[in-house]
Amino acid sequence: MAKFEKANSVGEWLDQRLNTTALTKVLMTEYWIPKDINFLWAMGVLLAVTFKILVISGLFLMMYYKPDVNLAFDSVNYTIMQEVAYGWLFRHMHGVAASVVFLIIYIHMFTGIYYGSYKQGREMIWISGMLLFMTFSAAGFSGYMLPWGQMSYWAAMVITNLFGGVPVIGDALVVWIRGDFNVADATLTRFFMLHVFLLPIVIMGIIGLHFYTLRIPHVNNQEGADIDYDAEAEKYLSGNKKESKVIPFWPVFISKDFAILGIFLIFYFYLVFFHYNFAMDPVNFDPADNMVTPAHIYPEWYFLWSYEVLRGFFFDVGPIKAFDIGLAAFGFANVIFLVLPWLDRDPAILPAHKRPGFRVWFWILMVDLIVLTVYGKLPPTGINAWVGFASATLFILLFVALPFITKLDAKKRGA
Amino acid sequence: MSNETNRRDFLGYTFAAVAAVGGAASLVGMKQAWDPLPSVLASGFTNVELSGIKAGEPLTVMWRGKPIFVLKKTAEMESSDRDLIVGEDRYTIAIGLCTHLGCIPAWKKTQWKCACHGGEFNASGKQIFGPPPRPLDLPPFAVKGSQLVLGEEGPEYKKIAGAMATA
Ligand code: FES
Repeated sequence: MAKFEKANSVGEWLDQRLNTTALTKVLMTEYWIPKDINFLWAMGVLLAVTFKILVISGLFLMMYYKPDVNLAFDSVNYTIMQEVAYGWLFRHMHGVAASVVFLIIYIHMFTGIYYGSYKQGREMIWISGMLLFMTFSAAGFSGYMLPWGQMSYWAAMVITNLFGGVPVIGDALVVWIRGDFNVADATLTRFFMLHVFLLPIVIMGIIGLHFYTLRIPHVNNQEGADIDYDAEAEKYLSGNKKESKVIPFWPVFISKDFAILGIFLIFYFYLVFFHYNFAMDPVNFDPADNMVTPAHIYPEWYFLWSYEVLRGFFFDVGPIKAFDIGLAAFGFANVIFLVLPWLDRDPAILPAHKRPGFRVWFWILMVDLIVLTVYGKLPPTGINAWVGFASATLFILLFVALPFITKLDAKKRGA
Repeated sequence: MSNETNRRDFLGYTFAAVAAVGGAASLVGMKQAWDPLPSVLASGFTNVELSGIKAGEPLTVMWRGKPIFVLKKTAEMESSDRDLIVGEDRYTIAIGLCTHLGCIPAWKKTQWKCACHGGEFNASGKQIFGPPPRPLDLPPFAVKGSQLVLGEEGPEYKKIAGAMATA
């Protein structure tokens, strides 16, 4: 056993038993961050804070929520909104954070794409991040169901029906997922379990993995410069702070994150208090009715782009049904980002503005995603259907073209 | 390889076998825990009186939590293999959920229109436009006099289901 001496302070007592000094060094004061990164790199900290807000507000909501088809709607819209002190605040905080978290995830993700942060050596960062995005999506969807309003019900209907597209076992799979022949009490209670327990636990696990994946390749920077972290850290520790290209995460780098976090929280609470409605669909204030479909069904804004890819293919091609094409395209849209590190054939890590072809590709992708998002909310009739079709096709073609575009960029540079 | 190692290997394999059996058994249990409960499976039969239905205006009844369309066809409406003929009258019986993603299509004069993605079905429940991949589904039913019993597979149902499967 290690030697234990009489400790002179609580800190020392803990240090002897838990090695806290070494731990804070690894996690904080000697976790090195390049100097050359901009505010877009603060999204990680914003996400960590938003997730915490979600967990804590969720705990308070859970204490009054009732996962039962007969009680759920009133437990949210009457008990929590009217009776519980500050219940409305917790609900709006939870609802707005659930929406804003996706905004930040998207910024985080596209920052990574713009600066090539998913490449050589950083693939695991990218993959664990995409897994987080997927589990967040599942958590967002399962939570959306819980108030048991009309939109909740029909969103659940549509999404669970998607599994009917699986060959052979489709229909049985849908019944199994729902636990009933239609979306019913069994469906609500299992989604409740997923939303409040299983998915959050999985998310926490993947967050841990995501942080860990950063430690070995280190965080990327604006120029994609290759930094010798050991040498630079040496410089910093020996007092040569000016010349060193790195700074410690705590307390130096985090101060910038805190400044950005402050601005973000002001924006977030502005939404919570004055514009919470954007995260609350009016249709969802009608109780679920399995005999009446709302006139027009659409998901929350953050799923619109992939929803539009799903319904963009509205006509049969020869013997292949439109439904199956749409479903295949939807599947494609949901996994293609995962393999991005292997679609990008340029061996160098460079920001998009130093890769001419890729830069054009990136901005076309951005515009296409915005078009998909806008049209995903519009009724799919007339010209809208064709815009949806064109933008969904473009989305797929972009990813097919990516290996060639990046290869060409590398060639031009003489690599 | 020493004797020692062999024994350890044996223990390892034994453990792997026990764990595999136990793991497989728990997966079966977990799968079944999500299956519909017996009370759900038993959720009964629904009777529909056919005589009072007006031609050209579909009746919507609920069966197993799903809407069922019962349409008495007017003389102008095309006849089809899936028509249920009771006496003089022809009926279309269908599960009222769009075969695309499960919205409830609404009756618009001569056809069902699904607002979700623009799917359309004619009076015989056949998809005529948009993404729905197949006609509206047929619920199991039996005919008893002028009563339609949903949930039972009568001879009329079997005949129509057979015709639909080969169409
Ligand atoms: S659910 Fe009816 S067209 Fe999509």
